[in-house]
Amino acid sequence: MTDTAVKVDDLWKVFGPKASKIPGSPDGALSREELRDKTGCVAAVKDVSFEVKRGEVFVVMGLSGSGKSTLVRCLTRLIEPTAGRVVIDDHDVLKMSESSLRRLRRNHVAMVFQHFGLLPHRRVIDNIAYGLEVRGVGRKDRHARASEILDLVGLTGNAMSYPDQLSGGMQQRVGLGRALAVDPSLLLFDEPFSALDPLIRRDMQNEVIRLHHEVRKTMIFITHDLQEALKLGDRILIMRDGEVVQVGTPDEVVGAPADGYVRDFVSEVPKSHVLTLKWVMRPPSDGDALDGPELPPTTVVQKAARLVLDSDKPIKVVEDGRLLGIVTDEDILRVIVAEDTVQESGAA
Amino acid sequence: MSVDTTAPAPPGPATKEQQPPPVDDGPDRRWWFVAGVLAILVVLSFPLRGVATLPLARSDLTDFQTWLGELSDKLENARDSSAILRGLDKISTVIENVAVFLQELISQPAFPRPVPEIGWLGVLAVATWIALAVAGWRMAVLTGVSFALFGMLGYWTDSMDTLVVTFMAVAICLVIGIPIGIWMGRSSRATAVITPVLDGLQTLPSFVYLLPITLFFSIGVAAAVIVTLIYALPPVIRITAHGIRSVSTETIEAMQSAGTSRSQMLRKVQLPMARRTIIVGVNQTIMAALSMATIAAFVDGPGLGKPVIKALESLDVGRAATAGLCLVIMAIMLDRVTTAASERSVAIPTDRAKRTRVIVLAVGAVVAVACVILSRRQLNLAEFPDKPDLGTPFAKLADNVSSFFTDNLSGLTNGIKDALTYGLLNPLQTLLAQSPWWLVAATLLALSVLISGIRSLLTSIVCIGVLLGTGLWQDSMVTLTMTLVATILTMVLALVLGVWMAQSRAVDLSIRPILDAAQVVPPFVYLVPAIALFGATRFTAIVAAMVYASPVAIKLVCDAIRGVSPTVVEAAQSAGSNRWQIITKVQLPMARKGIALATNQGMLYVFSMVVIGGLVGAGALGYLVVAGFSQNELYGKGLAAGIAIVALAIMLDRMAQGSSARRKPAGNKSRSKWARISQLVG
Repeated sequence: MTDTAVKVDDLWKVFGPKASKIPGSPDGALSREELRDKTGCVAAVKDVSFEVKRGEVFVVMGLSGSGKSTLVRCLTRLIEPTAGRVVIDDHDVLKMSESSLRRLRRNHVAMVFQHFGLLPHRRVIDNIAYGLEVRGVGRKDRHARASEILDLVGLTGNAMSYPDQLSGGMQQRVGLGRALAVDPSLLLFDEPFSALDPLIRRDMQNEVIRLHHEVRKTMIFITHDLQEALKLGDRILIMRDGEVVQVGTPDEVVGAPADGYVRDFVSEVPKSHVLTLKWVMRPPSDGDALDGPELPPTTVVQKAARLVLDSDKPIKVVEDGRLLGIVTDEDILRVIVAEDTVQESGAA
Repeated sequence: MSVDTTAPAPPGPATKEQQPPPVDDGPDRRWWFVAGVLAILVVLSFPLRGVATLPLARSDLTDFQTWLGELSDKLENARDSSAILRGLDKISTVIENVAVFLQELISQPAFPRPVPEIGWLGVLAVATWIALAVAGWRMAVLTGVSFALFGMLGYWTDSMDTLVVTFMAVAICLVIGIPIGIWMGRSSRATAVITPVLDGLQTLPSFVYLLPITLFFSIGVAAAVIVTLIYALPPVIRITAHGIRSVSTETIEAMQSAGTSRSQMLRKVQLPMARRTIIVGVNQTIMAALSMATIAAFVDGPGLGKPVIKALESLDVGRAATAGLCLVIMAIMLDRVTTAASERSVAIPTDRAKRTRVIVLAVGAVVAVACVILSRRQLNLAEFPDKPDLGTPFAKLADNVSSFFTDNLSGLTNGIKDALTYGLLNPLQTLLAQSPWWLVAATLLALSVLISGIRSLLTSIVCIGVLLGTGLWQDSMVTLTMTLVATILTMVLALVLGVWMAQSRAVDLSIRPILDAAQVVPPFVYLVPAIALFGATRFTAIVAAMVYASPVAIKLVCDAIRGVSPTVVEAAQSAGSNRWQIITKVQLPMARKGIALATNQGMLYVFSMVVIGGLVGAGALGYLVVAGFSQNELYGKGLAAGIAIVALAIMLDRMAQGSSARRKPAGNKSRSKWARISQLVG
């Protein structure tokens, strides 16, 4: 077992006539519109590569039409990729036969969907036990397992309800339970909370964070909501028109946007919640006092603000006993008050 | 996320559809051309009247018709040598045996008994119990009362025979149709192959199925069952496929991602989720079967159709109305019970309700069995008693109403009749049937190109060729005239009522149930009131056709106008449009496609009724089919008339469809048409 849970190399999904000819050809380098006008094909996923570490929450973010949902469906071949390589737990997914693919879906990978995809004619408990049922687990065993899951996802007491009797948030808990019940090593989420009210969405996000702490599964999470991405993701992949624009940790994405597109995206984000001291510190110059309090570079600006503003001397940013830089009131205020200037200091 | 999850639409048409008005330039100019072509026809028709009209006297036969007439004998002679024909014979024998068994069970004397195995009380009790089990106690009461009425109106035996034919046909339909529907729902290739066949079958008027059946099967109950099942098969296939296909893609994906195999998908996901839709399909099939089982009286099928036809032929309004009433009651009963059953199929019962249900059904079963046993022992429980007799008084009432109308309101009815006959019907008939055939044919071809594009030209040429080949050009033109007139009248009515219904919720709520009820009545029955009012003329058929076609046309118009986006209507309102401006400038133009679809459907319904109207003096093709049954020497001519009807139906359908959905590939268009219709009926 390596440390990599999912590895995707040069993945393409092209819709349209003679789609298989596009990847690798000169046409593949065209923009989406040019390609469509020239060949009638649309490249939904275009030469995408990334790696997901075991236990990581990996968020894929993009606007509608960016190809993110197609990408996640290509991972288990719900949509057949046009070209590339997908490796999950050291298995090459694209080379799998029909039956070993089914085994992978039954035992290793589970998915949560935007509109839940529940079976309205089955009770909650049977919806949750569905994955076990198709795997051939007996009724008694799967119900026992499903009952545990009910408690885990906060549905205690709803076992005998039908999906239509539950609220949207509760239905998505069922969807989550169905995915967890098969004890997969990888969980895929396709915009699972987009259809929910904002408050319930926040609850469910916290629920995912809690579950991640409890079960430590690898998760790939698709969303169009940057806040959600920043909140949940260990790392974030930003997609546009089927291509990868940037991959990085939340503070990297906010602190060092790869291009104007990403910069536009993150411009509305309250940066003090995301950026760490690493992004606002500056090298000490001659006149600076170097006997202030110390903080590690991973401290979020918002958390450090009180200490910096209270102290009349600059704060030292120290990692492994090494002085990386200093942070003054002005640096903090620049992030909190005048967000625009962050880009320059971040790029520095 | 449309680009993400589905294959993207080809760029051209998709973007075109999104920009609304500019596309209208084309159609507008198109309609000017259409008017021009029609004007040319009218102008040329005056100097050329009576030239090359291809008339054929009633008893004359062309060579082709004679050949068709001999076809039956040839097939009869080939029977021993052809494995296919022998196979058909076997099928026919099996069906007949089963039918006779069922008839002896509930309707006909079971030798040596003077009465059926199960008497009326037993049948009534079992039917009520079945309704209780599938559709609840209200429907059980409805069923019990309906069965009692069959007896009291004096048509117990005929009613039971109709039920036997209907249910045998439906049972076979389901056995064949549901698997085909499932296959279609899961395979796009199957859809591509089967859809055109279903489209074709559903375009044809029920009447044309009758004569060809007699080529292969001898007339009687087996032929009746077979013709009924052929007619009733398309709805169940189509709606089952629709049900399977409408399981959401996300659900399918969710199940796939859990590792569901194809057979698990069918058993655990698609079938359970499509169950309600499939039951709607069963409902549609039963209604189609009932209407065909009635008309199957022409091939000597037992049941209520026989008294209706006999009474219509002798213009006995009272008897026709009584037998017709039984059919209406049966139709409403079957429709309500199956609809309730489909609604129940998705209801979620509580545990207590479940227990109560089991007890009630068990008790009911005991009572039903007791009734069956009693009805075997006692004659008055076996044979429906003469009293109370509702049939005779009802027949008298119908007679009185009819004579009241003909005596007192003849001024009005004749006025309407004459106005339409001289104002619309006669001029149009002169134009189409008294002009040279090549002039009319050229006009039709030009219209088909203008309306449906160059692709329809071939269809139209073939259809016109077939019409000429049958030697029944002039009769075809007469039938076409009646169809056009009735369609125009139907659409006027449909536009008025449909728009009115779409504007007012209250109007909709009061009219829609009537339309729903009217739609389940077998078309045959509509001839009865029409003949009561207008006697046996061409006009009777037109009125019946209007009445028959209006419900579906009204509903489609109403739904099309409802379908106009409320935002656009609000925007028009806020710009200060009044009600009339909203209707004429916003709703009608935007609902154009839906209205074209309503015209298409209305025309097909009208056509099938105009053909049946041959029975009550409408003459032309329909009459020739009827004559083919009654006069042996005209059999071939009747078959030729059937072929001409098919050709006309296909040509009309193509043209009307073209007006609603040009520019789209054929498969798509017809699928969406029937999808919308099946949604409507569901």
